[in-house]
Amino acid sequence: MFFKQTASVKLNDAVLQKALKNAKGKFVDGRAASVATIDNWEAIRTHAAALRDRVIDSLDAYLIEFEQKAVSRGAVVHWAETADEANAIIVKIARDNSVKTVTKSKSMVSEEVALNDALEAAGVTVLETDLGEYILQLAKEPPSHIVAPAVHKSKEQVAQLFVDHHHTPRLTDIAAMTREAREVLRSHFLAADMGISGANFVIAETGTTLTVTNEGNADMVTTIPRIHCVITGIEKVIPTLDDFATLMRLLPRSAIGQSITNYLTLTTGIKAADEQEGPEQMHIVLVDAGRTKLVGSEMSEMLRCIRCGACMNHCPVYQNVGGHAYGWVYPGPMGSVLTPVYKGIEDAGDLPNASTFCGECQVVCPVKIPLPDLMRKLREQQFDMKLRPASERWAIKVWGFFVSRPALYALAARIGARFAAWIGGRDRLIHTLPGIDGWTSGRDMPAPEGKTFRELYAARQIK
Amino acid sequence: MKVGLFVTCLVDLVRPNIGFATLKLLEDAGCEVIVPATQTCCGQPGYNSGAREISQRLARKVLAEFKDCDYVVAPSGSCSGQVKIHYVQDLFRNAAESERIEFEKLSAKWFELSDFLVNVLKLTVLSSEFAAASFPGSITYHDSCAGLREINIKHQPRKLLARSGCNLIEMNDAEKCCGFGGTFSIKLGEISTRMADNKCVNIAVTGADAVIGGDLGCLMNIEGRLRRTGDAKTQVYHFAEVLAGMAK
Repeated sequence: MFFKQTASVKLNDAVLQKALKNAKGKFVDGRAASVATIDNWEAIRTHAAALRDRVIDSLDAYLIEFEQKAVSRGAVVHWAETADEANAIIVKIARDNSVKTVTKSKSMVSEEVALNDALEAAGVTVLETDLGEYILQLAKEPPSHIVAPAVHKSKEQVAQLFVDHHHTPRLTDIAAMTREAREVLRSHFLAADMGISGANFVIAETGTTLTVTNEGNADMVTTIPRIHCVITGIEKVIPTLDDFATLMRLLPRSAIGQSITNYLTLTTGIKAADEQEGPEQMHIVLVDAGRTKLVGSEMSEMLRCIRCGACMNHCPVYQNVGGHAYGWVYPGPMGSVLTPVYKGIEDAGDLPNASTFCGECQVVCPVKIPLPDLMRKLREQQFDMKLRPASERWAIKVWGFFVSRPALYALAARIGARFAAWIGGRDRLIHTLPGIDGWTSGRDMPAPEGKTFRELYAARQIK
Repeated sequence: MKVGLFVTCLVDLVRPNIGFATLKLLEDAGCEVIVPATQTCCGQPGYNSGAREISQRLARKVLAEFKDCDYVVAPSGSCSGQVKIHYVQDLFRNAAESERIEFEKLSAKWFELSDFLVNVLKLTVLSSEFAAASFPGSITYHDSCAGLREINIKHQPRKLLARSGCNLIEMNDAEKCCGFGGTFSIKLGEISTRMADNKCVNIAVTGADAVIGGDLGCLMNIEGRLRRTGDAKTQVYHFAEVLAGMAK
């Protein structure tokens, strides 16, 4: 289903609507309160945007530096040009090492390439260990949010899922449910052959990959199994640990209104000879899947993104329809840009148009991505490639024809204003009008006064 | 001081009263107001629909029409954002230097109405006629997105309304989009309507007699939803109408 149709269903989903309202407290009010404690927030944003741009401009150099450092610490770095390549690499790692079971912590890139499907097809059992992702794995649903994947689900729905899958008595308390999930996961953490994690950033100067989490599950995934596999996008590289410190001032605050997350895990290389813990093998899969295409293009600012989710949390469209309406891995304004860019503008449909250009996403973005401008550029591509409905293109062309010809426009406006005023009748409201039923299906259209300003003004000047 | 009035296509077509209220406010303040008769639209509907060339053509037309004015004033934050921000930063960003400079000049002399009254004319003391124009009931104010986030319109209309004696009750989420978004309101009407609904709820909670704003598109969207849901009572005005004593 396309955005418009799915959104329509979501607008009438009472459970979702309640969940979306509940989420606003932490995501919107919490963020605002936490940002307010930083007196140079804007300066940090500006610095971070420039830092991310600098990385994107020299992406190859930073990635090569990262690879050298990671390899020097015993990791193996793999380069995946496409989603299929990324999956093939990880399936091969699993096969080469007779991996039967995988524990996994949250990774949006793994969702992007549909890694779980590929591993399952190869006979590997994958267990999501982020609580939200675990819930969705039970429910067989994709995440609806990049930070809080199960934000669309109610407590009651989760309780039922646990009854169905854990075969335990029904719980009502969230803490008790969390404890139950933790107990179920524990044995898997200890038994898994391979752990797969994402990376919030990878650091060039040290060859480090890192995760920022609140649950601690990522640490179990990255340290316990004998093999640790990291999958992440090539744009996640940053030059130094200092740069990481800067970005950490922005990321948790923007994402969930926290000054820092409960866990912040930097992983550098494999277990050394004199160490007790850590994986024997570390594989880092750096995924392109459309990213290099953005470098140097008019969409390159999108590569600054540090995946905090603030743009969707503040988007009035997302707030009303939720993440699943966007149809792919990335919801909200970032998805309205990334989905067309990664999956093809031909299939983008309404996504670039799913914005009033209210500008909230741009204002809250920690790395100042001009999301409305990027969506507009996609609309330009759609217009130029004739991808929008003929009626819409025709309407714009007719409008363009008239507004460029003042005398003709004045005449048309006079006729239009009178006609619409006449339809409006005594209560001066248009209840239905062909061509604008998108408006009149939910709202009346206040009718024009009847004469245009310019004709009234001209009459006044003559007097 | 020669002030060009950019009336906006919506005001011209739908609510000329806002244009005349703007004219009155400017003339009462001693401005020589010029209204170029050939003006049509700033180009925003085309620009935001991806029709870049048409919007560039319209931008050049606007530039020519207001070339001789010391200032240009528009009763809209959205059209003002289009001219002040998007013409310069996007549409003519890579134009020949001479043309780019012309658009930079246009941007610098172009003001949204409340911004012009407060920050250029510095109307700190209102004329007695102005003060008497205050709206008799209580009001609440909706901040339109482009005005607020593109050109920082927030305190200017509130200052003017307060000085003219209006009783302003702030609503929750006054800065949240009402769902208008130009063609968005038609293309994705169902979502747009829900956003308008949220706005109407916040307006109703204040109990204000009228909701005031600075962009006719948003006002039509809010009024349209109020009326459709059976609220015939809450009035909807542009701040210029209130300030000029022309809220009718």
